[in-house]
Amino acid sequence: MSAVRVMLVKDLRVELRTLQSLPAMALFAVTTFVIFRFGLDRTSLEGSLAAGVLLVTVLFAALLAINRLFVAERDEGGFDAIRLAPVDPSALFVAKVLALLAYLAILEVIALPVFAAFFLDDATGLLPLAGIMLLLDLGLAATGAVISTIGANSRARDLLTPLVLLPLLIPLMIAAAGATEPLLAAGGPSYADVGQWVLTMALYDLLFVLVGYATYEFLLED
Amino acid sequence: MSAKIQATMSISTGAESVVTEPTLAARSLRRDYSEEPVIRDLSFELRAGQTLVVLGPNGAGKSTLLRMLATLLRPSGGELSVLGAELPKRAWKARGRIGYLGHEALLYADLTLAEALRFHAELHGVEQFASRIRSLLSQVGLERRADQFVRTLSAGQLQRAAVCRCVLHEPELLLLDEPGAHLDPAGYGTVEPLIGRSSTATRVVVTHDVEGGLADADRALALSANGAVFYEGPASGLSPGDARAIYSERPR
Repeated sequence: MSAVRVMLVKDLRVELRTLQSLPAMALFAVTTFVIFRFGLDRTSLEGSLAAGVLLVTVLFAALLAINRLFVAERDEGGFDAIRLAPVDPSALFVAKVLALLAYLAILEVIALPVFAAFFLDDATGLLPLAGIMLLLDLGLAATGAVISTIGANSRARDLLTPLVLLPLLIPLMIAAAGATEPLLAAGGPSYADVGQWVLTMALYDLLFVLVGYATYEFLLED
Repeated sequence: MSAKIQATMSISTGAESVVTEPTLAARSLRRDYSEEPVIRDLSFELRAGQTLVVLGPNGAGKSTLLRMLATLLRPSGGELSVLGAELPKRAWKARGRIGYLGHEALLYADLTLAEALRFHAELHGVEQFASRIRSLLSQVGLERRADQFVRTLSAGQLQRAAVCRCVLHEPELLLLDEPGAHLDPAGYGTVEPLIGRSSTATRVVVTHDVEGGLADADRALALSANGAVFYEGPASGLSPGDARAIYSERPR
């Protein structure tokens, strides 16, 4: 756990100092909402359209951070440094998942109120939506950390990461959309069928956290 | 440990023969990149406290060898034992006991020098790391740079910082790839007590300084441009003149 803390503190310190990911993610999300607002020519969204706008925006904002997740490890020898240390290499995976979770949580603290202000007549669905977003974030972070590690060691990393990651995220996004749609329904949130989608997301998260943790040592090998 | 490597470790002590493990043992070691051999049929041993100098032209596989010894690259063939751990299966046993100084400093650019060293110290479980870092930085003349970002250090300062990182956890084995790179004589003088002959660690030193390297070493390994072994044996058995012959080959 100590190695996870050391790596996580390093990542958060560097991000706070350089602001390389978070401002770009927030700016991207807000700009995308503006584009949707004028592109759709709608001041109010509900149901599946609202869920789609929100989730697609969060997904692509997350990609910005996922693409940058291992830049320092690749360019500044961090992968070697960690492999030379007497620590479980999976600690790096856990630290990166936690760092991404933190970035996504901060993004959503900014993006959700903006989304509500732009598109929602009734914001009562936002509170239960926070739980859905947390499950979404965990899935994005776990899958993103695995694929970003593979991509970091490839010359075509900028292409490889989204090309491999997006298909893997389809089940998670379908489940997240299914859970979000009733919460943003016209006339206030409904909880019908939310449970089965939440369970699907939780299983997806569990699967990718376990796969990432179990295979990470092999991913770091040359 | 394989039987073949163990057999090579038997040394005679008069009436009885005892088996002692060398710090490093390689037998028929091979490493390929894209199916092209970079290192081929390399065998050598190094005992605790000894220094091995590795000579060879660009592309001979010196840095690749060092990365294999550091557990950062898997051998493509042959047998390799580092600090009693058979690689790559038991790499975890050797990690944390190796000090590796490669071409990169392995220090995060957006941390201060003290923060970057603390990161490594905590990963390696160094106790009293604050005083250890202060002491090392003072020894290499960087104590006033402790709060400076790594990215602002000059090449020479970065190399001295990398030496601090390399010896922070007091490793038993030092793997040094051109440790004098970017350092003027005064700068090298500051790191020499940490990574030079006076350090008690077993050392593998890759250098292009043929005379200095051979004078400093117990054993020598000279690699040809094609990755084949030109010489492996006592450093005293290889003259600087003979060693220079490997540099006349066309580099890869």
